[in-house]
Amino acid sequence: MKTIGIILAGGNSKKLGALSEKRAVAAMPVAGSYRAIDFALSNMSNSGIQKVGVITQYNSKSLHEHLSSSKWWDFGRKQGGLYTFTPTLTNENEFWYQGTADAIYQNIDFLKKSHEPYVIIAAGDGISKINYNDVLDFHISKGADITLIVKDLEPGWDDLSRFGIIETDDESRITGFEEKPENPKTNTVSTGIYVMRRRHLISELERCAEEGKYDLVKDIILPSMEDKRLFAFRLSGYWRSISTLEAYDKANKDFLKKEVRDYFFKNYPTIYTRVEDLPPAKYNTGCDVKNSIVASGCIINGTVEDSVLFRDVYIGNNCTIKNSIILNDVYIGDNSVIENCIVESRDTLRPGTTYRGEGEIKVVVEKNVRYIL
Amino acid sequence: MVKKEMIAMLLAGGQGSRLGVLTSKIAKPAVAFGGKYRIIDFPLSNCINSGVDTVGVLTQYQPLRLNQHVGIGIPWDLDRNVGGVTVLPPYEKSGSSEYYSGTANAIYQNLEYMDYYNPDYVLILSGDHIYKMDYELMLENHKQSGAAVSIATIDVPIEEASRFGIVVTDENNVITEFQEKPANPKSTKASMGIYIFDYKLLRAALNECAHIPNCDFGMHVIPYCFENGNKICAYEFQGYWKDVGTLSSYWEANMELISLIPEFNLYEEYWRVYTKSESIPPQFIGKNGKVSGSIVGEETEIYGEVTNSVIGSDVVIGEGAVIKDSIIMNHTRIGDNAVINKAVIAENCEIEDCVELGVFEEADNTVAPHIYNNGLVAVGQNSYIPYKVKVGKNVAIFGKTTPDDYPDRVLPSGEYLVK
Repeated sequence: MKTIGIILAGGNSKKLGALSEKRAVAAMPVAGSYRAIDFALSNMSNSGIQKVGVITQYNSKSLHEHLSSSKWWDFGRKQGGLYTFTPTLTNENEFWYQGTADAIYQNIDFLKKSHEPYVIIAAGDGISKINYNDVLDFHISKGADITLIVKDLEPGWDDLSRFGIIETDDESRITGFEEKPENPKTNTVSTGIYVMRRRHLISELERCAEEGKYDLVKDIILPSMEDKRLFAFRLSGYWRSISTLEAYDKANKDFLKKEVRDYFFKNYPTIYTRVEDLPPAKYNTGCDVKNSIVASGCIINGTVEDSVLFRDVYIGNNCTIKNSIILNDVYIGDNSVIENCIVESRDTLRPGTTYRGEGEIKVVVEKNVRYIL
Repeated sequence: MVKKEMIAMLLAGGQGSRLGVLTSKIAKPAVAFGGKYRIIDFPLSNCINSGVDTVGVLTQYQPLRLNQHVGIGIPWDLDRNVGGVTVLPPYEKSGSSEYYSGTANAIYQNLEYMDYYNPDYVLILSGDHIYKMDYELMLENHKQSGAAVSIATIDVPIEEASRFGIVVTDENNVITEFQEKPANPKSTKASMGIYIFDYKLLRAALNECAHIPNCDFGMHVIPYCFENGNKICAYEFQGYWKDVGTLSSYWEANMELISLIPEFNLYEEYWRVYTKSESIPPQFIGKNGKVSGSIVGEETEIYGEVTNSVIGSDVVIGEGAVIKDSIIMNHTRIGDNAVINKAVIAENCEIEDCVELGVFEEADNTVAPHIYNNGLVAVGQNSYIPYKVKVGKNVAIFGKTTPDDYPDRVLPSGEYLVK
């Protein structure tokens, strides 16, 4: 119990297109049965972190629904627990969170009332498996003031220019940090996960507040490069940020690979999520499912290939679903064709609907009445 | 003072010996059912859906799996400040220590538990039926009829009535006669083994019958109440109800879940069945996988062909394997190119590559033909079946078998291989 966690889950990403209208990035459904924030929460729980604050702001309804109980991640013990922080109006403050540093500053009591010496700040949109004990050991052995978790991306894995690009020396000390550069100097990106001493964070946040600065990276991390010891912990396993449509699509389809499924699902420790009590998936006679992920509660009558079906999806007779992602509780009527699409959750597609994403993935949002009485 | 209008006592201590090797190491209520459930999930879900929030679960035979599953009742929302679920095993007393010797004896030994909640009514349930039932409606009926005891009944075909305990009623559903497995049934109302008692009467009857060895509800307590002039009414239940006490009926009930619109529908929003989810991840169907007319649990990976089957959670079906008309329970691995016909394979089994189950002509089981029939192959939990053996029909296998157990790589129909 050396560490408390903070998960920044307030963000929205315009790059997710229509999918971001309904929910914060951290609440995006991932891999059939999960939401993005499950990975951050499970990593903390599995690393023995017992006290976690989740900071929400943008369109947090579905996130709050998801976090309605903390038992799924084994928080909610007598010591520690899961706290959600949403912007509130008070006598002193009537603003929304104006940045990541401001968001934590407005909840600084959470930090001040804790006794654990370290804080881990994690983004809510990273898909990864991290043992924070290893990161903390690294942080302490390097005598670091701030440790950033970084990942060396393979060419073509993602668009480098949307990340913070890190340069390090042989000792893993950070020598350069550029936010979203046009011409990235390295392929090492910041995952948006930081480790530092709790007291250090408190004093930095108070300094920022006095100076009217609001951003964790721009106003705390980057200025620290001059006089503080910043180190980079290189993540060896899988990591993907899902905040663009392309990355979101790739992340979901990565789970069609056995090694990715084994890494997250079969190797201890595993990822937890809210249990929905749905029946097993049902494959009716005549259906044809190949190379696809299917979550519980689905009923399939048609053809499904190279796709990810989230929970409670109904696929009608004679349908063809190819290379698509169908989010939770979607009803697809008979004789429909869906290719290269992401179908938004709770959609109802009438029989005979056709959608094809040409060249790029297409987001389908349909608001039909499901039951006509 | 603690006060509950009605509490439930769930009898979950039986072995269920007619399920054969499936219950060698596990109590019947803990046997997997329908891909992700266990049999006890149905009465427990019925309880919480009916507003019965205090349930005593009486365990005795091989309770480990059952205890792990029930825990403090979290999956059914039965973790309560007052009430909730309590597991009640037999216990040592200062003068004696005895196991539960019969259904009524088990309840009798837990009078103290019931007294604590000070109930007006006690609902007696058994842990081996698949059904959805609103006990609140039964309670309303019980109150309206002014009965001291209500017995839930289900209409059975007259030709099958001789397999059941039959009740004969007057026009007001007041029971006038009991017939236990009658040769000439006078009615088609079969007792479901579900009772509501006025607690005062139950308490008195249990005390009066305490001296009877193997004291049983159907055989001793209900007749006692009847003979003493208490009003006993039948509550006619409409809907799906299945006793899964035999290997054959267990297999049939599972197969009934597969039909296009099953009579027992797990997919209805209303009256959901809850269970402790052991696996969360979604399932995966491989490039050469083919699944048809089947239900499949979480985390299962299917690379072969599955038809008309019920597959549990975290199962692996290898490349080229062909599964038909079978039940495969959680955490079992089926090797590549295996052929499985009409088999029930329990949890944590390992079936090696190229094994064939359910081949050859049918023959009666040599040891227990009343259990292993209908052409089924039963494989008990944690069993191992070695590479490329052929196994016949009406066979039971249990334990880590070796190639030596299969002369010429064959186990003929009707064999009983238990290690």
